[in-house]
Amino acid sequence: MTGKQINVALIGNPNTGKTSVFNQLTGLNQKVGNYPGITVEKKEGLCKLPRGLKAHIIDLPGTYSLNASSLDENVVIELLLNKNDKDYPDVAVVVSDVENLKRNLLLFTQIKDLGIPTILVINMADRMERKGISLDIDILEERLKTKIALVSARKRTGIDKLKELIINHRNISTEPCVNASVIDPDYFGNLRKAFPKQSIYKLWLVITQDVNFGNINRNEIDKTHSFNTKSTSELKRLQQKETIHRYQFINGVLKEALRIDTNAAKDLRSRLDRVLTHKIWGYAIFFAILLLIFQAIYDWSSYPMDLIDSTFASLSELTKANLPEGVFTNLIAEGIIPGLGGIVIFIPQIAFLFLFISILEETGYMSRVVFLMDRIMRRFGLSGKSVVPLVSGTACAIPAVMATRNIENWKERLITILVVPFTTCSARLPVYLIIIALVIPDETFLGFNLQGLMLMFLYLLGFGIAILSAWILNGILKIKNKSYFVIEMPNYKLPLLKNIGINVVEKTKSFVFGAGKIILAISIILWVLASYGPGDDFNNAEEIIRENYTEQSISTEELEQEIASYKLKHSYIGIMGRGIEPVVAPLGYDWKIGIAIISSFAAREVFVGTLATIYSVGSDEEETIKNRMAAETNPVLGGPLFTLASGVSLLLFYAFAMQCMSTLAIVQKETNSWKWPILQLVIMSVFAYVVALIAFQFLK
Amino acid sequence: MKVTVAQLKRGERGIIKEFSADHVPLKLLEMGCLPGNEVELVQTAPFKDPMYLNINGSHLAIRKETALQIEIELIK
Ligand SMILES: Nc1nc2c(ncn2[C@@H]2O[C@H](COP(=O)(O)OP(=O)(O)OP(=O)(O)O)[C@@H](O)[C@H]2O)c(=O)[nH]1
Ligand SMILES: [Mg+2]
Repeated sequence: MTGKQINVALIGNPNTGKTSVFNQLTGLNQKVGNYPGITVEKKEGLCKLPRGLKAHIIDLPGTYSLNASSLDENVVIELLLNKNDKDYPDVAVVVSDVENLKRNLLLFTQIKDLGIPTILVINMADRMERKGISLDIDILEERLKTKIALVSARKRTGIDKLKELIINHRNISTEPCVNASVIDPDYFGNLRKAFPKQSIYKLWLVITQDVNFGNINRNEIDKTHSFNTKSTSELKRLQQKETIHRYQFINGVLKEALRIDTNAAKDLRSRLDRVLTHKIWGYAIFFAILLLIFQAIYDWSSYPMDLIDSTFASLSELTKANLPEGVFTNLIAEGIIPGLGGIVIFIPQIAFLFLFISILEETGYMSRVVFLMDRIMRRFGLSGKSVVPLVSGTACAIPAVMATRNIENWKERLITILVVPFTTCSARLPVYLIIIALVIPDETFLGFNLQGLMLMFLYLLGFGIAILSAWILNGILKIKNKSYFVIEMPNYKLPLLKNIGINVVEKTKSFVFGAGKIILAISIILWVLASYGPGDDFNNAEEIIRENYTEQSISTEELEQEIASYKLKHSYIGIMGRGIEPVVAPLGYDWKIGIAIISSFAAREVFVGTLATIYSVGSDEEETIKNRMAAETNPVLGGPLFTLASGVSLLLFYAFAMQCMSTLAIVQKETNSWKWPILQLVIMSVFAYVVALIAFQFLK
Repeated sequence: MKVTVAQLKRGERGIIKEFSADHVPLKLLEMGCLPGNEVELVQTAPFKDPMYLNINGSHLAIRKETALQIEIELIK
């Protein structure tokens, strides 16, 4: 049977397991984490139901109610208020957490009022025994006028029951279980008279939406504006009354249907929180965890990295030896393989980084960090919740900018978005690592590896500058805001290995493929530009060099090197590079680095690939990228190109410059204006140039 | 004297009194911070800000400025 797909929306409070249920239904692997606000946008998937039916499942950000107060919550309301939306649900599945049933049911009663068939999922059933919870499902179903599936998304129980309920969604009553209009019968009576065709609760939502959040898409019900006979504070009071009224109903229901045997409940939370949120220990532990992460990224991953590096070098050799000589072989061996090698080598480190971030999120620790840091962050115009974007910004700025959506306060959110690109994202890591390896000695200092310390310093610098610029922005930006802050502190959970594994694999994959595509394209272009050149200088390089050296005796090997470098200098890329050399020379760079910087404006990680491609054109020996870079000499000053001075200058340039098109695009989208991304681009780039200039001139 | 959540010491409990909608955000109510409910101070960050509360089984953290708006009756 083919028919219309059933549209199913997963709705519920934050952190109740909506995405876990979504993944079970669709077989997809969306990100799951024990932190309220992991999902911040609509995600879709397909679910095969028995009897050949299909359902189109929509995962939504968590929301505490239908009165949105932040952007992620607003996504849900916009969907539910717009009947013409292609995703408008035929059936709503409200996912609740058995441990927080009372709070979760508030949203349920609101959804029910919209007249959509509503199924209640009571998730985390596996924790009931531990917490001494018992439920009377029959009473709940009867009082809430719905069908219930008791589910454990972790243990995969109850999913089939849920599928069955979805198929039979037409049998579910669409009657509300709470009558909201009793909070002001006159007002609601008039409303009904004025708009007899509309759902009364929808009208009420539209009217009150502005009070909390604003800019809702109101389409056909726009006329309600003229009906707005109440002042903002009257409306607020009514909303408060509504909430209390709903809770009264819920309390009544749960008194009959829910039992909690407190003796059976074992509480890990309070014992852990006594330490992890402690005024001193809390901070000490947080700092220790950060230190451990850097040590791991630096030390543990060096073994697989060395292996990858030499593998790619010999792969290049092998290609050259086995394929017929020619342009095509050169392109592969000199352009594509080194370019890709430049990115594959960072997989171990990036995987480690993602591993730690997902563990912090899955255990529930992240909310504790938000709690510990809120007051400090507030000083700088940020919110405790900015910590999560700043930490996940160490993976990539794009999800980090999106993770700001659960910050209620627009000014705090804007500042967070603007400063997030300063944190050291994984794309900077390749650049840092290779330059640190070149210019910082591999020695230990007080038991710490110097190179590891330098890396840690760069991370701290990224955070430091982010915070400092937040503080400056806080002073400059004049935005009125009513500020408040609430965060739920979830229970600690043992991280699910599978969730973490999926996170690490998915993130690493998208890093490698995302960067891989750009690098592949750029390394081909670069290789072409470096292998061809205009005019006599390039085409007759061999004769010119031979003529120069007729007098001196010189080995053929040296002669060939001279020819190759002369050719490179007069190739298209050489000409372009020398054009920009005056701009980058004061920073201590040669034209090759200049080209690498320009090509990495698309994405930072291209830097290493670019250098790898440029340096490997024309060179014969099997060499790792690092050795090639170490052998370069400075055209102006003589001596090795990568010294402490030029190295530090490059590190600082990469720390501050805004070199990522995708971040600019996402900032444009999230702030809905070009002003902010353009400001970000200009200010960060100028700042990077100036700091790098000062550093080089000072250290050289 | 007016007693608010901000005056709670760690481990102390109180019952939330009526409050005005103009000062306490609706979101807090929705998260379970309702008049009549019991509130316990679980932990505070330095300078008692933010405060980590357990309100009838709901665990949440709020800033001190908000805590100052929620009047309570201490449970001895
Ligand atoms: N014990 C247990 N934990 C679960 C279950 N389902 C989900 N979790 C955990 O609960 C946490 C939240 O799960 P998510 O699926 O990310 O929740 P969500 O509702 O999508 O959260 P947001 O997107 O942040 O609103 C994760 O740590 C999950 O591993 C379950 O059935 N049992
Ligand atoms: Mg989710």
